[in-house]
Amino acid sequence: MIDLLVEILQMLLATIVDVVPIAGIIFGFQFLVIRKPVPNLRRVIYGFLYVLLGLSLFLLGLEKALFPLGRLMAEQLTNPAFIYGNIEQLAQTIHWSDYYWVYIFAFAIGFSTTIAEPSLIAVAIKAHQVSGGAIGVWGLRIAVAIGVAVGISLGSYRIVTGLPIHYFIIVGYIFVVIQTAYAPKMIIPLAYDSGGVTTSTVTVPLVAALGLGLAETIPGRSVLIDGFGLIAFASLFPIMSVMAYAKISEYRAMKPKEKMKD
Amino acid sequence: MKGSLLALVKSMGGSLRDLLPIILVIGFFQLFVLQQPIPNVADIFLGTLFVVLGLTFFIYGLEMGLFPIGESMANAFARKGSVMWLLIFAFALGFGTTVAEPALIAVAAEAGEVAANAGVIADTREGKDSYANGLRLTVAFSVGLAIVIGVLRILKGWPIQYMIIGGYIMVVIMTAFAPDEIIGIAYDSGGVTTSTITVPLVTALGVGLASSIRGRNPMIDGFGLIAFASLTPMIFVMVYGMII
Repeated sequence: MIDLLVEILQMLLATIVDVVPIAGIIFGFQFLVIRKPVPNLRRVIYGFLYVLLGLSLFLLGLEKALFPLGRLMAEQLTNPAFIYGNIEQLAQTIHWSDYYWVYIFAFAIGFSTTIAEPSLIAVAIKAHQVSGGAIGVWGLRIAVAIGVAVGISLGSYRIVTGLPIHYFIIVGYIFVVIQTAYAPKMIIPLAYDSGGVTTSTVTVPLVAALGLGLAETIPGRSVLIDGFGLIAFASLFPIMSVMAYAKISEYRAMKPKEKMKD
Repeated sequence: MKGSLLALVKSMGGSLRDLLPIILVIGFFQLFVLQQPIPNVADIFLGTLFVVLGLTFFIYGLEMGLFPIGESMANAFARKGSVMWLLIFAFALGFGTTVAEPALIAVAAEAGEVAANAGVIADTREGKDSYANGLRLTVAFSVGLAIVIGVLRILKGWPIQYMIIGGYIMVVIMTAFAPDEIIGIAYDSGGVTTSTITVPLVTALGVGLASSIRGRNPMIDGFGLIAFASLTPMIFVMVYGMII
């Protein structure tokens, strides 16, 4: 019990250290430059305290439960003994399709960690408010999660095959440019934002574990060069999926009207 | 009192729903694919409880503290009418929140290893540390610059797509010239810069600015700051790789 309390306090301290520069900048500018009292200062300070406490508990919980299990699973799934059944067979020729469980896991873990990502929840709440309800909190979160899921599975495929990362990223950019030309105007900034938002507290550690596990066990891959780079996939694909989501919603909103005209 | 307790229980239910997919995925793979028992059930139960509680408090504090302060500062700057101070604030916010970001510190240390292995820098502790610190400052500087550019865009109402696509073109051109071992790190550094506290603050700042300036639409002009913050580090990290 005491150990647990110590752990909570340690995590709280670490979070406070992270937040101090941000709070310093905000309150420094508030008092030195703006020089006006903050509306509802007490409420804001309580809000900050809740954020601190919440983030500490969240991180501690992840460290205790999800990360060890997720890392262990990433290691087990990429282990050649699991993929080939027995070690003897340990292939001279690795075929990318032997790793199908890895791709399925990558998809599932990418999707589910994105749904739990706190910064995405924050942006979705804001987008819902600002758009006057036109953008659903869940619609946006699911669209982003699908993007991350596809991105991470494709990124795992890239590690298995060893193709150079920049081909994928550049083709992805071309897609984004084409989609931008056709997507509804109001979604474009939000779609671009969702790329950066997805990859934070929950997704990065699990995804990095998967990438490193893959790069370690596949012959000829360098942990340092191939192990990273999954995050880049996870930040590119949501841009596409969010624009696609907006296009589909727009299309579905248009359709009934056309029917009415007939 | 009873009402707020009910609200707390309700939002905890929401957090549990947010986490359910992860629990299902891990449970399914563990029991059906890998066919292994789940270790340390007690720890995992406790951890999950913490995650649910933490997420609940975080969302609660977000709407009480982070969103309002971001928006009220945006309003105050817009009324004050001093563009210079606004841009200095934007830079400080971007630089300050990034330089101490734990994910960035980890990636920078890793990058020091890569560079030492590739023989770009001397394989000593000091060499790697100074490389990693240089990288951190580069990324923090580029995020600061990104928020400044993003805020300028909101003030002027420039369309975002040309700027982002221009950035992409720069990334592609730089990729052709940058040393191989920096490319993966450069692409990743775009994603790691935006932390859980920075994102809501920066979003509230952008939306607040766009709503307090006449003729700006918060939806079209307010979002997009994060997009700049994840693009510029890629460009600057490749520049860093080329210079060193």
